Amino acid sequence: MYEIRIHSRGGQGGVTAARLLALAAFRDGKYATACPFYGAERRGAPVVSFVRIDAEPIKIYSQIHEPDLVIVLDTSIMDVVDVLQGLKGDGTVLLNSAHPLEGCGASCLHVDLTGIALARDLVIAGSPILNTPVLGALAKMGIVTLPSVQEAIREMFTDERNVQAAEAAYGGLKV
Amino acid sequence: MLTIATGNKAVAAAAKAAEPGVIAAYPITPQTEIVEQIAEYINAGDLASQYILVESEHSAMAACIGASVGGVRTFTATSSHGLLYMHEMVHWAAGARLPIVMANVNRALGPGWNTWAEHTDAFSQRDTGWLQVFVSTVQEAYDATLMAFKIAEDERVLLPVMVNLDGFTLSHIMQSLETVEIGDFLPPYHLPHAIDTENPCVYGPMTGPNDHFRFRWDIERSMRDARGVIAEVEREFAERFGRSYAPTEDYRCDDADVIVIAMGTLGKEAEVAVDRLRDDGIRAGSMRLRWFRPFPDLDLAGREVVVIDRDYSFGFGGVIAGSVRAKTGIEPYSVIAGLGGQEVTYNDIAGFVRDRRPGEETWFGVNEDV
Repeated sequence: MYEIRIHSRGGQGGVTAARLLALAAFRDGKYATACPFYGAERRGAPVVSFVRIDAEPIKIYSQIHEPDLVIVLDTSIMDVVDVLQGLKGDGTVLLNSAHPLEGCGASCLHVDLTGIALARDLVIAGSPILNTPVLGALAKMGIVTLPSVQEAIREMFTDERNVQAAEAAYGGLKV
Repeated sequence: MLTIATGNKAVAAAAKAAEPGVIAAYPITPQTEIVEQIAEYINAGDLASQYILVESEHSAMAACIGASVGGVRTFTATSSHGLLYMHEMVHWAAGARLPIVMANVNRALGPGWNTWAEHTDAFSQRDTGWLQVFVSTVQEAYDATLMAFKIAEDERVLLPVMVNLDGFTLSHIMQSLETVEIGDFLPPYHLPHAIDTENPCVYGPMTGPNDHFRFRWDIERSMRDARGVIAEVEREFAERFGRSYAPTEDYRCDDADVIVIAMGTLGKEAEVAVDRLRDDGIRAGSMRLRWFRPFPDLDLAGREVVVIDRDYSFGFGGVIAGSVRAKTGIEPYSVIAGLGGQEVTYNDIAGFVRDRRPGEETWFGVNEDV
């Protein structure tokens, strides 16, 4: 089982990213669950979502305490949340950042999702849309396939720029 | 069709497939997505139900009662305080023998304000005469809702059915969902005592001390008959659609020395705990209670039992622990865990089994010395 924890702020689309990822994994023929952790959520507050992907049906409903992958959609969260908590020894971190982050000890990848969204004017209520481009990065990492990502995005969104943003992140991520 | 959906959307999809004549509801977290989705179906012309947006849950159930006795299939959904607000009408629906189906997204009761999973809301309706089933996956939420209509409307039952799913833990997670073409699985709605406007008569008149108990007994007789009807419907469902259900879902119980009993998502997570315990040489099994009313017969002879209650009856104990004790004579190890969405992992459940003390009760996470 591959376990993913997504850190974001309320309104940045972390929950939708989890659902898109589960849908893409499902389109790949795997079992997946997307479990947003709902707190006293409000815009801007740190939130987490969880995704599990497996070849077998998934029976676990509790939160992910030892993720294989941590995704950080907003690196400013790292000042207030220990995003590396519980990360497996061979785990990976994916940051929404134009630059590598010093001191990010684990295998640490970065891609500028915000820049990709802004370049396509993918903005809702003043915030760049991060949940569709991040799917492209995950495809590049081999967690899901790019065709399934494209399919999943088109199932949930009509605006083709979301697919283009995912493709840009796929091309932009160095693994 | 195979897709991926939340527990809430699965319930809405099943309600749509059942094509109720009337759906009356009031939104409440974490149930709101069900009635939102149904409103979207109706708005898009995919569902021809009359949707009555009421001003309270009491009115939602009252509207369902009126529509049901008027001769149409009805559906509603609620949660927590909404369920308690309709409590009077919940009794009425069963007493009037109306096969209303309601989804209840299990949520704790305030204060303090808490929107997360707990079974106290459903158990507070224990003695209303409603059948109650608890589900553990998105697929089961869909399947159980479809079957609920058939069970409720069976003339040997004619009692309302509550389909319970854990708030957020199931209502808001996404898993795979296979929807079905129901064909003639659900026969046309037929209520033998429906109001006939061509032949008006008094409905629900005063019943005195010489008659009231007969109506109560009739509810219990139907509740007893419901066991067989549930088995029939679940068998037919398996034959038509290939997914099997039973009053309990037993996992690795055959040779188990100790059996974990839980409901809802905790009952499913317990299966993972059982696998871990087996890896350590502990012969554990899990028994997920699906039906709460009618309460299933449990064969636990010769086993140790650990019961996880996501509820509590103050001054008495865990509701399921007490029920297991009363039904089987076994003194379980009673664990109170998961209240108000308290995080409980498969490792925690395995710990409950390892540390079991039959006959005792423990509150997970509570240190009595503090």
